[in-house]
Amino acid sequence: MTPWKHGLLWSAVAVLCAWTLVPIYLLALGAFGGRAIVSEWPKPFLPVGLSLDTLGAFLAIDGVWQATWVSVQAAGICMVLALLLGMPAGYALARFRFAGAGSYRLLILMTRAFPVAILALPLTVSFIRLGLYDTPFGVALLHAVLAVPFATLVCASLFQGIPAELEEAAWVFGCSRLTGFLRVVLPLALPGIAAASIFAFVLSWNEVFAASVLTVRHRTLTAYLLSVLSESPLHVQFAGGLILIVPSVIFIFLVRRRLFAMWGIGNR
Amino acid sequence: MRRAGALPYLLILPSVLFLGVLFVVPLVQTALLAFQQGGAWSLDDWHRMAEDLNFTDAVRNTFSVVLIVVPLQCALALGMTMLLRHVRHGRDLILWVWSIPLGISDLAAGLVWLALLTDQGWLNTLLFKAGLISGPQAWLTYETPMVLLAGIIVAELWRATAIVFVILLAGVQLLPKEYEEAAEVFGASPWQRFWRVTLPLLRPSLQTALILRTVLAFEMFAMALALGGRNFPVMVSEAFNWQYGSQDYGVAASYAVLVMAISVAATLVYLVALRVPAEQRA
Repeated sequence: MTPWKHGLLWSAVAVLCAWTLVPIYLLALGAFGGRAIVSEWPKPFLPVGLSLDTLGAFLAIDGVWQATWVSVQAAGICMVLALLLGMPAGYALARFRFAGAGSYRLLILMTRAFPVAILALPLTVSFIRLGLYDTPFGVALLHAVLAVPFATLVCASLFQGIPAELEEAAWVFGCSRLTGFLRVVLPLALPGIAAASIFAFVLSWNEVFAASVLTVRHRTLTAYLLSVLSESPLHVQFAGGLILIVPSVIFIFLVRRRLFAMWGIGNR
Repeated sequence: MRRAGALPYLLILPSVLFLGVLFVVPLVQTALLAFQQGGAWSLDDWHRMAEDLNFTDAVRNTFSVVLIVVPLQCALALGMTMLLRHVRHGRDLILWVWSIPLGISDLAAGLVWLALLTDQGWLNTLLFKAGLISGPQAWLTYETPMVLLAGIIVAELWRATAIVFVILLAGVQLLPKEYEEAAEVFGASPWQRFWRVTLPLLRPSLQTALILRTVLAFEMFAMALALGGRNFPVMVSEAFNWQYGSQDYGVAASYAVLVMAISVAATLVYLVALRVPAEQRA
């Protein structure tokens, strides 16, 4: 590669990196700038006005943190549900040939083609009747509908990658199917399962429509921010946006080596 | 693979029950909500949806965004993929940065771009310092519909190009190098190699990416609400407003069914138009 081409390549890479990062940086400036930054003109490009006061104001924004806690609960429950239901189903798909496996895969893939709106509308009515309306658990149930199929497919491919001979050897040495799974398969699949559960967490964390329709007083962070869009001061919205983004950035970092495996499997 | 009686069925049973109750049943219920009125079959909700003032705008806005954003995203993601192939050092870091938007919801992305595009935001600061405007200027109102549309398109490009990029990059990594090397031996230019060899081989990944992206683009609504508020209705935001604001489940369900029908139709079009030959299937 000529030096000229080399330079061109790296400037293109740099521009694309800046395109992703600069908007997040500016949102962070807006979030930590407190009340003052909203009306500041022209806006600063460096964190000049940042002080402990503005930081304290950020931490004291009340509704946002309450909503964040609901989001964490819902996402946590969604994650547990996705693993509880997805791991056994993934194991079945990976280790057995059985009649109906094809239709089961079809059911799982179907969940992808439908907008969340179509599930959330009637479930509002049912959830009110069952007392699940306006609870983190109710929101988590609906989010798990999106997360379980994904967890199932990822677990299936993880277990498929672990040789069945290892498990059979464990049975020879006296393990039952369950203990064989727990002592041999699970430890080997653990990093992948961790990545899949983080994914389930973020899926719930980010979902807006169902969360907004299914909650009133105990809103998730996304539902809260959507409901105050036109009324709350901008710096509160920026703070909320930043709290929404930070876990996602960390999540992508944690699973960066598995991105292809996850999206490759998840979408075929 | 083994045959083992009832065990696999016991293992999938919980998830089948779960998806049955929380996916299949609501699906049918929404369809009934949309096509029934007081227990009898009726297209009443559909009429009310189509006669609503916002309906035409919502459909037009949704399609404008999807038809402009999806091709641009594919082009940009292809460019990023080809670029990353030439990078030797720091691939991991670049890959991470470029994939960050994967984890960002459309609401959060809307708030990010609201910070930039609002009256006293950073875009106007730049324009001001460049001497192009004399003071704060409103872009996201009904008076500047084209700028509002452009803002939403830029925000969608920022947020959702990453998913196309990751799918395409995964596809590129599976391609055998031999084809391109053969083309090079026979004197094909880099440009010819891309159009005649790499791109056709990438068709399965491109199909996957297009289907997923299009379905998700039709679902975008929180970003439109964050940036445009009532000035930029899209189909899902209308479903949301009918349900949430007007408590009219019938019309909301009609919108949901309409979005679903369009998504399914788009998926079928891609499946036929970009048919993947059997020998190329993974």
